[in-house]
Parts: sequence; structure tokens; C-alpha cells
Amino acid sequence: MPFGNTHNVLKLKYASSEEYPDLSQHNNHMAKILTPAIYERLRSKQTPSGFTLDDVIQTGIDNPGHPFIMTVGCVAGDEETYEVFKELLDPIIEDRHGGYKPTDKHKTDLNPDNLKGGDDLDPNYVISSRVRTGRSIRGFCLPPHCSRGERRGVEKMSVEALDSLSGDLKGKYYALKNMTDAEQQQLIDDHFLFDKPVSPLLLASGMARDWPDGRGIWHNDTKTFLVWVNEEDHLRVISMQKGGNMKEVFNRFCTGLTKIETLFKDKGTSFMWNEHLGYVLTCPSNLGTGLRAGVHVKIPNMSKHAKFEEVLKRLRLQKRGTGGVDTAAVGGTFDISNADRLGFSEVELVQMVVDGVKLLVEMEKKLEKGQSIDDLMPAQK
Amino acid sequence: MAFSFTRMMSSRNTATLLASLGAGTMATCYLMTDSNILSAEERRKLYPPSADFPDLRRHNNCMAHALTPAIYGKLRDQVTPNNWTLDQCIQTGVDNPGHPFIKTVGMVAGDEESYKVFADLFDPVIKDRHNGYDPKTMKHPTDLDASKITNGVFDEKYVLSSRVRTGRSIRGLSLPPCCSRSERREVERVTVQALAGLKGDLAGHYYSLGDMTEKEQQQLIDDHFLFDKPVSPLLTCAFMARDWPDGRGLWHNNEKTFLIWVNEEDHTRVISMEKGGNMKRVFERFCRGLQQVEKLIQERGWEFMWNEHLGYILTCPSNLGTGLRAGVHVRLAKLSKDPRFGKILDNMRLQKRGTGGVDTATTGDTFDISNNDRLGKSEVELVQLLVDGVNYLIDCEKRLERGQDIKIPAPIAQFRK
Repeated sequence: MPFGNTHNVLKLKYASSEEYPDLSQHNNHMAKILTPAIYERLRSKQTPSGFTLDDVIQTGIDNPGHPFIMTVGCVAGDEETYEVFKELLDPIIEDRHGGYKPTDKHKTDLNPDNLKGGDDLDPNYVISSRVRTGRSIRGFCLPPHCSRGERRGVEKMSVEALDSLSGDLKGKYYALKNMTDAEQQQLIDDHFLFDKPVSPLLLASGMARDWPDGRGIWHNDTKTFLVWVNEEDHLRVISMQKGGNMKEVFNRFCTGLTKIETLFKDKGTSFMWNEHLGYVLTCPSNLGTGLRAGVHVKIPNMSKHAKFEEVLKRLRLQKRGTGGVDTAAVGGTFDISNADRLGFSEVELVQMVVDGVKLLVEMEKKLEKGQSIDDLMPAQK
Repeated sequence: MAFSFTRMMSSRNTATLLASLGAGTMATCYLMTDSNILSAEERRKLYPPSADFPDLRRHNNCMAHALTPAIYGKLRDQVTPNNWTLDQCIQTGVDNPGHPFIKTVGMVAGDEESYKVFADLFDPVIKDRHNGYDPKTMKHPTDLDASKITNGVFDEKYVLSSRVRTGRSIRGLSLPPCCSRSERREVERVTVQALAGLKGDLAGHYYSLGDMTEKEQQQLIDDHFLFDKPVSPLLTCAFMARDWPDGRGLWHNNEKTFLIWVNEEDHTRVISMEKGGNMKRVFERFCRGLQQVEKLIQERGWEFMWNEHLGYILTCPSNLGTGLRAGVHVRLAKLSKDPRFGKILDNMRLQKRGTGGVDTATTGDTFDISNNDRLGKSEVELVQLLVDGVNYLIDCEKRLERGQDIKIPAPIAQFRK
């Protein structure tokens, strides 16, 4: 799904040049890397579950460019996609993840004790702190490709695992189809729940099929640990709270994630992972840690400074609007998070955010006082 | 670099896993041995049709009313010669529970053969949508003789514009939900080549969507000539917006009174339109143009998809038969506020839309009024129905203006008893 291997067989009767997409208006990683030669070599291939090259790239063809962020332009339909279509995906991964080579190895570190500091970000500036990642359940197809039966299987298995969490992680599952519109909107406004799927990036890859079947949100009673089920990935795991105590957020994140992984292992399954790509997720941009650690921070002066982009680049951070990736920033409050996912461990990435945000707040304070920030300019990480 | 998917499961673990997921609905079982990852066939067997049956409890479209687990079970693993599946036909209906202004069909065809291979679902949907028309037993009449139309010139104090549209599909190429990029480009080539042969008042030019500027596009949309950028979820969920704007375009004659849309919801949409109330002339041009285009593609060995039960084959079952929508933009300030307006339209087999097309609401007093029906009546019959209906509406409006009362007309016969 949507098209898969059987339809692909018929396309092969047309010449590769006849099928090659028009990417002349395009600006995404896939459009930069794909060539007629690569297309010709890969078009007859498929993964065991029937995911094909056109399935991988359709979202990149239909979405020439995103206004705020350079998109990847392709998705995986299952774990094997990254192997079968490596000729296309390896260079895209290399381009997207700062030169990560096909032979590189990725390290995982979910020990929160390794994080230095992070409990003292100034709450006058840092409004909230959040860490998220994704996990895919081995043996099931990913959201672009899964059937309704598989999606429901992922939901059932995940809910059973989450229901056995206890203590401050104890919580409840809310199936999207049982929520009222008002409940849904409240959760979206609180930044807890994913949007109704309107993003063309999601729609074009087939991830919005059968909405809201099999989708839902699980959260603990204090709403500081949340799991999204069957949005862009099988699971998105989120730890968040108001204020600047990133260390506490990361502690809860690691504890929760480790517990969930153990629960899945007890059930005889595991997360998609390998030593080269780390955790395997739907979008190549989320490989490795799949981790985005970020804050909502008030930096009206800093964000207008000529060197803002340069500072972010050196700190390996990125900015987004406070409504998530598809929004613009409002009123000087920005979502600042790590730009990298692969090639650095979880601890390393959160450390970058903690250190970087601390510096940004320092710079903001200086600019408020009309002082220069030149002596605070960081080196390239 | 090798991935190793070695995860052996002991039979005890398998049993525990299956038990924990509950028997009955599905065997969501992760079965992997040393070298054997699930193939598409094996995956399908693990998930019987009951596991994949869509949740349609909140749905209000023809597909949702007709689909049963039994039909789904029978058809899920069937494919058309183009390898189009039932799930692909119904995806748009699963993703779009209900349209605010109009009861949607909720399924599309991927190719001509879809209507046959999935007849167990298409037939009841067609019956529901087309007033009891039974594709198995009934035959559809075609009549493109415009000279038969009477009273086809409307009072221009009320009717601002007149339009007739239909669609045509090129036999041998799959339809917009299913087609590959090369098939779509082939449709474009075949159509544009044929249209280049039109002469006289029908002579014109093709404008590929990819070559237009945003400004040119918007102007054509505002003039009601060009189709929207594909944002309608009915279209996008049915895979019709893929690769946009590749292979899409607009052809029109120099007066912009005869237009062809290429590769929007159908291979081609053929439109005759002009300002004012001369529906007879619009229909005359429509028939003439259509017949010439058919001749031109036949000269090159192509033909339109058609059969005697379903008439002209189009993507959406709602457009089978004639595929014809004849309509006007008409000012009905008083009548539209009368509580009997809806019933009058219903009885005359007419529907109202906003002046921006099917996905818009009406603004002010101007309505798009057109025929409801497509299948089971000929083109001439439907246009005459529209003509008689609009004349009646104008008459009602004039009466209300004069303070006189109006009558709800008797309902026109349908197939359903």
C-alpha cells in the first residue's frame, strides 16, 4: 500500500525514462540524489513485504519543498527498505546526517547520569522542556505501508505493554476514534497530541490512511510522559514538562523508554535497531537516536540578531515555531532543539541542547542590556 | 554491511504472544526464523480479511452502506489486470466519512476492469447512487443530438452563465487513481494530439499546468475555467493528486467556450460554457466538439471506455452513464429563501452547489443549479430536464417577486419504486 509490488510489475513495461519523475522544481534530499540511472537500477526491486521505489519517493515528488526546513523526500515502508534501496538511501542519509558513511557505527547511550547539568535552565526564558524519540516494532510494516490489520496489531501490542507501567509512569490509553472533537482539540492545544493529518508530507506518503483507526495517545496521570501510537511512526515517546529542568525530563525519558523496551522483550518482540543505523524509523531523518530534545524559549532579541542563524549552526541546533515543524515562530518564542539524530548518542545530543540553550539565554540577557555578544560566540561543534 | 534479522522465537514465546494478543480477531504473530522475513503473501495470510475490515461506523457514503464483511472477504485478495485492489478502490471512502454538502460515493475505479472485478461492491453502490439503476440488467442510452432541445434559451436577468461538462476515458490506460507517470503522460499525449486537429470555432491551444505561472493559473481558476489545485481530500485520498502537476493541463479554443481538462479526476473532462442563458448553443457546441474529438482519437487507433450497461466509464461511479452535468449560475434571491426550495429541486431532479464548484458553499443569491442524474437517461434527456427545471425555477422567482404563490411540482419518475 498504497501501490506496492504488484502494480510495480506493470510499470516495468514502460521505459525507465518514461516513468522518471519531473524533479525540476524540487528542493529536497531525494531530488538532489536521485538520477535516471539510479531510478533505472532500483525500479524493479521490492522489499519482501512489497514496498517499491516509487512508494519510497512519492512524498518527495508530491512535495517539492517545505518553506521552513529542507525535507528528506522519502520514507521507509518496512525495516528492509533501508537495505533494498540503499543505493538511494545511503547517500541521502550521508547528506542529511552530516557525512554519516555507510560503514559508520552509531552508539546508543540512554544513561541519564551521563548528562552534565541541565537542571538549571532559567525558567524566566525557558517555558518548557521536551525530549521525544520514536520506536518501530520489529515484524510490522511502517505507517506508509501497513495494512489496517497490522496497524491495529501495533496498537494492541503497544497498549498492553504501556498498561503495565507503574509508579509515576502509570497511565491510560485514549484511542483517537473514541475522543470527542473537544477532547482532541484540547490535547492538541496543550501540545500533547499530534495534529489531524493535514501535512502534505504525511498525506502523500500514505501515512494518513484509515485515520483515525488504530491511532491514539497514551499518557501518565501527570501528562509528563506520553506515547503517540501510529502517527508518523509506530510509537513516538515523549517526556515533557513546563520550565527548564531538562535533566528531570531526560531522566524520565530514559527510565520510561527502558521500561517499555523490557516490556516488549517480555512479549517476545523488539524494536527495529541495528548497529549501523541505530533505531529504524519511517523517515530517514529520524534514524539513529530518533531524538529531538528541545525547549520553548523566549529570545526576542537574540532571534532578531544578525548572527542568530550562525550561532544555531555552530551549536548544532535548529529553530521551529511553537506549533511544531510545520509552523512559524510567534512573538519571539522559539522551539530550539538538536539538529542531529544519527552519529551522536542520546546523551550527547541532549548535552548539546542543554549547553546551547544556556548560551542562548546568556546572549539574550546581554542583548536586553544593550551589550554585545561577540565574546560569547561559540566554536563550531 | 549486513543486517541480521536473527530472532528465533521459541514455541513457548509464540504461544504466549498469541495468547496475550487474544484469539478471535487476528493472529498478529511475529514469526521469523533464521533467514525468513515475511513476504507479502505470508503477511496477507496472517491477517485475514476480518483483521483488515475498515471501521465504517461513523461513515455516511454509498460505499460504507454497501460494504459488508462478506463482500470484503470475497474481494480483498482479487486484483484487476492492472493489479488494482479493492482496498485501493475504497480508500477514499474510508478516509472521508462524510461530505458536508453532498452524499459522496466513497469509492473509485482504478481502471475499466475495476467495475467488473469488484462488481459485488460497485453494483449496489451504483444502484444506491443512481436511483435503483441495475447494471446487470439495464442498458444505458446515448443521445448527443442537440437539435432536440426545446426552450433552451434562458432569461438573462436571472441566468448569468450556462455550462455542460462530461468526462471521457481512454481505453487501455489506467485511470487517475492508479495510473503510473508514463500512463498519465500517454493520456496527455493522445489527447493533445487529437485536439490539435480541431478547426473553426473549436480551434485552440494546450496549456500544460507545469508551464503556467501561479498568476496564470489563479486567473484561470477565478474565471471558472481551470480545476483547483488538488486539495480536496476526496481526490487526495484516492491517489489522484500524485506527481502533480506532471501530465496535467488545460486545452481551450480561442473563445474559451470549449475546454478540456487533462488528467484531473478523469483522463479528460470536456466542457462547453459561455456567459448568459443560451444553453441550447452551449449543448450544440458540446455535442459537436465531443463527436469530433472521438473521431480524431479513433483515427489514431484509440477509443473511449464505454459499455452498454454503464455507458461512458469514468473514475467515480457517480459519473457513469453520460458523465454529464449541465448547469447554470442563476440568481434566485427570493426562491432560495423559500422553505420549499429544496423540495422543488429534489422533485425536478436538480441539485444546488456553490458557484466555486462541488466543494463550495453558496454565497449570496447566486446558485449553481444542475442535473442530479447521470446514468440511465441520455444526454438529451438530462439537458432537457435541466432546461425545463431552470425555466420553472425562474418562473417561481418571478412569481415570488410579484407576491404570488408558487407550487411544488410533481416528482419526476426514477427507476426505484
